[in-house]
Amino acid sequence: MNTVIGAVVRHRLFWPIVALVGLIAINGVAQPRFLNISVRDGQMYGALITILRESAPLMLVALGMTIVIATRGIDLSVGAIMAVSGAVALTIIDNSPAPGSLGTVATAVVTAILVSLVLGVWNGFLVSVLGIQPIIATLVLMLAGRGVALLITGGFITTVTSAPYKWIATGYVLLLPVAFLIAMAAVAIVAVLERRTALGVLTEAVGINPEASRLAGVRSRGIVFGAYILSGVLAGVAGIIVAGNTMAADANAAGMFIELYAILAVVLGGTSLMGGKFSIAGTVVGVFVVQTLEITIIFLGIPPAQSPVFLAIAVIVVVLIQSPSVHRWARRVRDSWRSDTPAGEETKAEVAS
Amino acid sequence: MPADNAVPPIVEMRGITIRFPGVLALDNVDFFLRPGEVHALMGENGAGKSTLIKALTGVYAINSGTITVGGEPVVFSATADAQAAGISTVYQEVNLCGNLSVGENVMLGHEPRSALGIDWKATHAEAARHLAALGIELDTRSELATHSIAIQQLVAIARAMVLDSKVLILDEPTSSLDRDEVELLFKVVRDVKSRGVAVLFVSHFLDQVYEISDRITVLRNGKLVGEFPIAELPREELVTKMIGRELDELTAISKSADRKIDRSSTPVIKATGIGRRGILEPADIDVYDGEIVGLAGLLGSGRTELVRLLYGADRADEGHVEVNGEPVKFTNPRHAIERRIAFSSEDRRAEGIIADLTVEENITLGIQARQGWLRRIRKAERDAVVAEYMEALGVRPADPSMIAGNLSGGNQQKVLLARWLATAPELIILDEPTRGIDVGAKADIQRKVAELSAQGLSVIFISSELEEVLRLAQRVVVMRDRRRIGEVDPHTTDLDGLVEFIATSGEGNAA
Repeated sequence: MNTVIGAVVRHRLFWPIVALVGLIAINGVAQPRFLNISVRDGQMYGALITILRESAPLMLVALGMTIVIATRGIDLSVGAIMAVSGAVALTIIDNSPAPGSLGTVATAVVTAILVSLVLGVWNGFLVSVLGIQPIIATLVLMLAGRGVALLITGGFITTVTSAPYKWIATGYVLLLPVAFLIAMAAVAIVAVLERRTALGVLTEAVGINPEASRLAGVRSRGIVFGAYILSGVLAGVAGIIVAGNTMAADANAAGMFIELYAILAVVLGGTSLMGGKFSIAGTVVGVFVVQTLEITIIFLGIPPAQSPVFLAIAVIVVVLIQSPSVHRWARRVRDSWRSDTPAGEETKAEVAS
Repeated sequence: MPADNAVPPIVEMRGITIRFPGVLALDNVDFFLRPGEVHALMGENGAGKSTLIKALTGVYAINSGTITVGGEPVVFSATADAQAAGISTVYQEVNLCGNLSVGENVMLGHEPRSALGIDWKATHAEAARHLAALGIELDTRSELATHSIAIQQLVAIARAMVLDSKVLILDEPTSSLDRDEVELLFKVVRDVKSRGVAVLFVSHFLDQVYEISDRITVLRNGKLVGEFPIAELPREELVTKMIGRELDELTAISKSADRKIDRSSTPVIKATGIGRRGILEPADIDVYDGEIVGLAGLLGSGRTELVRLLYGADRADEGHVEVNGEPVKFTNPRHAIERRIAFSSEDRRAEGIIADLTVEENITLGIQARQGWLRRIRKAERDAVVAEYMEALGVRPADPSMIAGNLSGGNQQKVLLARWLATAPELIILDEPTRGIDVGAKADIQRKVAELSAQGLSVIFISSELEEVLRLAQRVVVMRDRRRIGEVDPHTTDLDGLVEFIATSGEGNAA
């Protein structure tokens, strides 16, 4: 029995899930209606469903970020790629004589994804062919990308009306939000791509030891290149969804700081920034933790002016809950409390000294 | 017993027992270190050498036993405690700050101060004085990382002297040093010893152990075998005590070197004038079916450079290479792998093992890389390959799901050999496959190489241990100063002959 509990506690997803369940519980206690889920007109409603829907862009971006981080890289340009992707999609719809037609929306979506792919290729080229450090290489596009988006929208916030396009971000299928289903489909595709083929283990090999992998005949350059392309494409899809939420392409605001939230979600999910071993399931949990935190701020009615402070404190608490050295410290404190014998006192004294 | 037994030991470790989950790492071991001696600690990988050192330096807590330093019982709960008690350690990978200057490293934490804070002029003068006392002249303001590993180790020793250490632990200090550097290190060690410092020396090089040590303690499987004055323990006996069985195995391998090689056929690989400016002068090498060609020479002589060019790990800018008679141009290791050539690097940790992956993932990496990422190796096939090679090479523990980085050096080397053998190569290039591993694993690897070459595998074998090269190879190519200086027949040349050849001959050309 103890060994079963031990195995559960040692599982690398245990603490991320504890953090997630804890956050939901706090909300549920503060306002029981947080846990309510109702069905109306073939749609599920409730705070938890909102979390699922709103988490889609971050899920897509964090998914790509996970693979990039596994190769020892980082992709800071995802927010800017989202802005470009949204601008491309909405500008095409805006300039079309039939903004509501399925054909127009399909053209807009495909073009936006292709442009994002090209931006991913650009990042991949800088990192894997030219050998520029990932943080610098993707910083280029992070700064320049929003300029490109502004150029596409002509400096305005492009707003359009297109029912099929709006459906991507706010529609429902089988009671569930379309955006969430898109994100889950992406998770499934990437998981199959990485784990049912040898891509995952080769990616980890390159991330752990690039030179040893090269000498073993692994196509390191191609694997790193591919990771940035994947990240670009997923950010592009995220950009399409974000633009669909408001039906406006805001080059300055779309995907702002999302790269940082994505990195946070990846790390909370147990993937090390040092590269190598990665966990897609961990990232999914990490994204839900981050998204639940954001919703919590709104739900508990914290004034906007104070919300960054609350978020900061909450992040610190979540990170501490997952920290191995905090676990060790907690175990020592617990052990010394358990025994009231002089021996226990001694242990305490040792810890203190 | 020698008279110096009268000197009370500076370090006394009695009845030391350390238990790890499922393993008794040290079992009731006694160890004594006397002032002014160099004491070698010998044993195979896993014998408990590192554990004993870590107990002495405060890294591991002991389960039972006592440690006294200078007659005082001590309990170390951190490395800082050991340092405060006067125990300093110099590791193979130097634990100093590479981005600080030599002087700053020597004096770190003990800088002379003036009213305005640290007096840098005095600091560097003091550092230079400490270095000079060891017979080392260095620009103390130069950055530490710009110096060779050997110099960095000497700086670490100078730092130990600043800390007024009574015990100096040298853990595999010579693994990456060339002969001159070892001489320099030993000169300093003798000097330190003459000041009454006790030196604990760990090395896999028996020659060096016999050159520098006064006394040897042998461990096996976590137990003490005994402590011996160096003069009373001949080399063969030491090896026997370390591995616990008679070592006829290595000599048995030598018979394979007498095998006749058919050199009338097309060579598996034939390189003519292969070179790269500033790295290697144009050199020739050829290997026939089932032949083991040894590459001998000192570190930095061009051995590694030559095989890296052959393998395409680095690009050759001149020369001509043929594989089975067909001209080839390798600009990437993958090109060589497609031609069934394998290369195991001398730097196991940086260029070989993928430390965080499992043993089975490491073994199948070569096959998987060749198949490409889309076609994942099937589980049944993977299990069969992994089981076959782990068995054939005797990887311990025999657990394919173990993280490779947790294996001992010898077993990591076996995993790398397995990775390459699993790709069914025609030619395998082994660069220092037996460096820093224990005698048992060494014998296993040599035996496997001899066995496979008898079955038709061609091998290029590089080793700093010339006995090993002479024992295995049917031909030995000798390198010096980044060029090929000639070829030696191991049947007509003994160790002294080869050493002399490396040192003096070959002033003419490679031909």
